[in-house]
Amino acid sequence: MSQTVSAADALSIDTAVVTEILLGFIRDEVGKVGFDRVVLGLSGGIDSALVAALAARALGPEQVVPVIMPYRSSSPESEADARTVASQLGLMDPLVVDISPQVDAYFDRFPDADRGRRGNKMARERMSVLYDLSWAHRALVIGTSNKTELLLGYGTIHGDMAHALNPLGDLYKTQVFAMARALELPRRVVEKPPSADLWEGQSDEQELGFQYAVVDMLLYHMVDERRTRDELRALGFDDEFIDLVGRRLRDNQYKRRLPLIAKLSARTIDRDFRYPRDWGR
Amino acid sequence: MTDQGGSDGGDSPEFVIQMAGRPDDNLSPRRGVPADAPQASRDMVEAQEGDVVVVLAQIAPRLGDVAANLERHLAIIEDARRGGGHLVVFPELSLTGYFLKDLVPDVALRGDAPELVALAAACTGIDALVGLVLESEDARFHNAAVYLSGGRAVHVHRKCYLPTYGLFDEHRYLAAGDRLRAFEAPLSAARPRRPWRAGALICEDMWHPSAPALLARQGVDVFLCPSSSPGRGIVQGAALGTALSYDSMTRTYAQLFTSYLVYCNRVGFEDGVGFWGGSRVVGPQGAPLADPLGSEETLMWHRLDLGTLRRVRISYPLLRDERHDLIDNESDRLRRRRTLD
Repeated sequence: MSQTVSAADALSIDTAVVTEILLGFIRDEVGKVGFDRVVLGLSGGIDSALVAALAARALGPEQVVPVIMPYRSSSPESEADARTVASQLGLMDPLVVDISPQVDAYFDRFPDADRGRRGNKMARERMSVLYDLSWAHRALVIGTSNKTELLLGYGTIHGDMAHALNPLGDLYKTQVFAMARALELPRRVVEKPPSADLWEGQSDEQELGFQYAVVDMLLYHMVDERRTRDELRALGFDDEFIDLVGRRLRDNQYKRRLPLIAKLSARTIDRDFRYPRDWGR
Repeated sequence: MTDQGGSDGGDSPEFVIQMAGRPDDNLSPRRGVPADAPQASRDMVEAQEGDVVVVLAQIAPRLGDVAANLERHLAIIEDARRGGGHLVVFPELSLTGYFLKDLVPDVALRGDAPELVALAAACTGIDALVGLVLESEDARFHNAAVYLSGGRAVHVHRKCYLPTYGLFDEHRYLAAGDRLRAFEAPLSAARPRRPWRAGALICEDMWHPSAPALLARQGVDVFLCPSSSPGRGIVQGAALGTALSYDSMTRTYAQLFTSYLVYCNRVGFEDGVGFWGGSRVVGPQGAPLADPLGSEETLMWHRLDLGTLRRVRISYPLLRDERHDLIDNESDRLRRRRTLD
């Protein structure tokens, strides 16, 4: 696919400015709710590595509780990469919680479950582990979903999409790469192909059917720049791709919102009862 | 030529702060300033007789907690007064925080609110411009800046342009102001050789150049611009997009209206949105008097003097040459044409 605007131009960010804002965000929003530490799942991938690095800088490495939660089919390299990240950042030894027993115990009852169902279940088991450890360690659960995933709905609702704070939710995957390079995360973590590692050999780009660099460009021009279809065509995107991404964007809107409440009274939560979350903080 | 003063009583606020005894003694000031407040810049302020020492209070108000913010204001005003400051400028909605949503009626203050009485009482020997939600008798809520001096409110500006687009939702909750009036800032502690004229613009007001132009026509020596500007725009290049916009506006207005411009933006985060700070004073030639602040809580001290204004206005007599007759004629013509449509 040929584009008249290069991804480098449209998606380039000042990593120093972004780093400063995100450190302030983590420090401020964690502290305001009475916490001084965070807990996160370290997968060995780039998103969680970047969040861990930002949290370590914002709060101090000793204030970050890293948790590795492998399933028996997870790649051993993922765990090794997660450990490399934790040690490079000077974090405590990661807690390792093997989620195989709890996932398998459940699917013993549903042996025919497909891998999508199993993948979602794993994501939700990890969420329940993190929220339990949040209580145990008095640490706020910090999320790692990026803007590309959130817009495409490439995540599990109430699974990896559940957390208290999300520093990366307004950064496209391409920009996450730029941040990871700027913060000098381990090369292996930055360079390996992104994967949810829910089953062996899984790859984000294979599963999605397009490359992050390309879809990020389209999303940027569709969402941030609000370009018309004609303008998108002129940028070199074909109709089929525009339709596919547009459909994903629309169909996954529900994942980005709270559950719908049936309107009855004069003041319904989040419709005409609107208060900031940082109320009084 | 300026349209100063006027018979419409443009200088007087529409409410009187009543002095209901002494302010609550329990509001003993906790340390209002972080320990690393820039003492260096304060040492550089060698005030000559008649100069005005302005203190920019770049703070992070606590959202919806007027009592905590009031305590903070009183502490900062007291610190500034003791340090020789003549005017403290606080950010937009400094007593309440910004993204209030349905909290607006809960945090709003009437003109006779004890919080305002306490603040006014603290403003003796020093002036202050504070930001708050001001409630009218008929339950309209304004995003307002109140200028306090000599124990009373001498001017109130109600934000005229309420942004209701993008991440902003002000018009849903607030009423728009309908007047832009310059006023005389007493600054009695500074004992200036003539009164300073000031005009207040709150954040989005600055994005409409007719607003500073209208104030300048009434005579303005210093624009006071409190702000709660959320930082955004990371893609464009070397700096935060919002910061670039305000940099350009503050320089341009100060230069074109040959006036000082005090820009005090808040810092901190609300619901994930960061306010970028960058408070500064721009001199009448369009250059900041010092590097703008970063995004930390800080007090910034600056010295303003009428002599500089005079010198710049001799070199650049832009105010003298302003064609009010031309503007009036063209405005009248446009208004007539619109009536005919």
